[in-house]
Amino acid sequence: MAKRIGIEVSRSVAIAAKLANVDVVSAYPITPQTHIVEDIAELVANGELEASFIPVESEHSAMSACLGASAVGARTFTATASQGLELMHEVLYVASGMRLPIVMAVANRALSAPISIWGDHSDVMSARDTGWIQIFAANGQETFDNVLCAFRIAEDRRVLLPVMVHLDGFHLTHVIEPIYIPEADEVARFLPPHEYPLPLDPARPVSMGAFGPPYIYSEAKKAQQVNMLASKEVVLQGWREFAGVFGRSYEPLECYRCQGAKVLLLAMGSFSETAMSAVDVVREEGREVGLIKLRLWRPFPFDEIRRAVEGAEVLIVLDRALSFGGPGGPVCSEIRSCLYGRDKRPKVVGFVGGLGGRDISLGGFVEIIKRGTEIARKGSDQEFEMFGVRE
Amino acid sequence: MTKVGDELTWKDLEIGSIITEPGNADQNQTGDWRTQRPTYDHARCIKCGLCSIFCPEGCIGPTPEGFFEANLFYCKGCGICARECWTKAITMVEEEEE
Repeated sequence: MAKRIGIEVSRSVAIAAKLANVDVVSAYPITPQTHIVEDIAELVANGELEASFIPVESEHSAMSACLGASAVGARTFTATASQGLELMHEVLYVASGMRLPIVMAVANRALSAPISIWGDHSDVMSARDTGWIQIFAANGQETFDNVLCAFRIAEDRRVLLPVMVHLDGFHLTHVIEPIYIPEADEVARFLPPHEYPLPLDPARPVSMGAFGPPYIYSEAKKAQQVNMLASKEVVLQGWREFAGVFGRSYEPLECYRCQGAKVLLLAMGSFSETAMSAVDVVREEGREVGLIKLRLWRPFPFDEIRRAVEGAEVLIVLDRALSFGGPGGPVCSEIRSCLYGRDKRPKVVGFVGGLGGRDISLGGFVEIIKRGTEIARKGSDQEFEMFGVRE
Repeated sequence: MTKVGDELTWKDLEIGSIITEPGNADQNQTGDWRTQRPTYDHARCIKCGLCSIFCPEGCIGPTPEGFFEANLFYCKGCGICARECWTKAITMVEEEEE
């Protein structure tokens, strides 16, 4: 029987890795990911988890060690954040290009300079195009559940792609939440043993990561793109089967009080939980607002977004990252692309806020909803607004 | 795998472009970026094979007559063979020249 316990979300991620019975973990500690890997190291040292924990000198090495481990067919896990994710950046592309089903928890954190250990989505946005499946968690239970789902999705023969599970630094990593922790046999029912189809094996030699001259590189990338698009069905199936075993179901996006809403707010990660309360407040004032919580970032859920905004007049998107000199936040930019070709579409208003650990309170979200509605009505000469900046 | 090189479509590739057939790098035509090619004066060639030792591509071998010549499928046209040939039997010419 699953037990619901109060536990720090980071520690629940370590337990999820243990319940997934990972074979290899290679990681380098970085705030705010530290508790995840510290706990895993302890589980291995105590003999509670039979796995190799490979301590390395950098995140570049951590991801490189994960490549090797995954290539021999080991169930492989790591975690990082911020500058660490940046340092492993080039290796991220190798993991996806080589189709290695590594699972990584990313404790989303801002990037220097100035140095910030606090949360936002700057780190993940620079990893947007690395070819990893990416899932954003809004709370502790979603984080825990999606780490388990990530293995299931990544290792499916139809997918074989690495998966990132994003949890907001501090807002999720360092909070204690009530989380259902299942028994090992329940997890085993959901997560079959991992068998990589073409592992490095002296009995059946293969070459991985070989040279791709101009006559084959485009074909390799096309195969990767087709594979990434096809992974979506497996993501959905993984979530459905998770619901069958554990009773909690997930979708690429979640609509909260969207029925009949003329104004929609869209947010990703833990801030969408606060935004739910703001929607309740504004609804009580008699205004028809709703919230879209975006969970599946890659592959991007085009159809679901288009369906969710049907009937809305205004769509307000909050980004916790900034594309300098660009069209605004990366999420808003993609939502605009997704809707641009539609005959009927809501006015899309972008806000960038919650950077480097800056909180957006319930009142802040109420203000964003009101300000966004006003911009949609009056228009603006700016591509987006930064929320909460002192002038 | 029956298809090679630019006959392969994206559907023919193994997952992650993994290579399952050892030694298939010999299907990789490295000669297509050559701008100069070696030409041979057999009257000067003493069949010593020094050019084949210096060739970084390892693509020079003896012909049935015993002369040493480069396999142009692989030869990148670096000209090291022409430089090292002590009897000056090898001359590099531009690809577009006859």
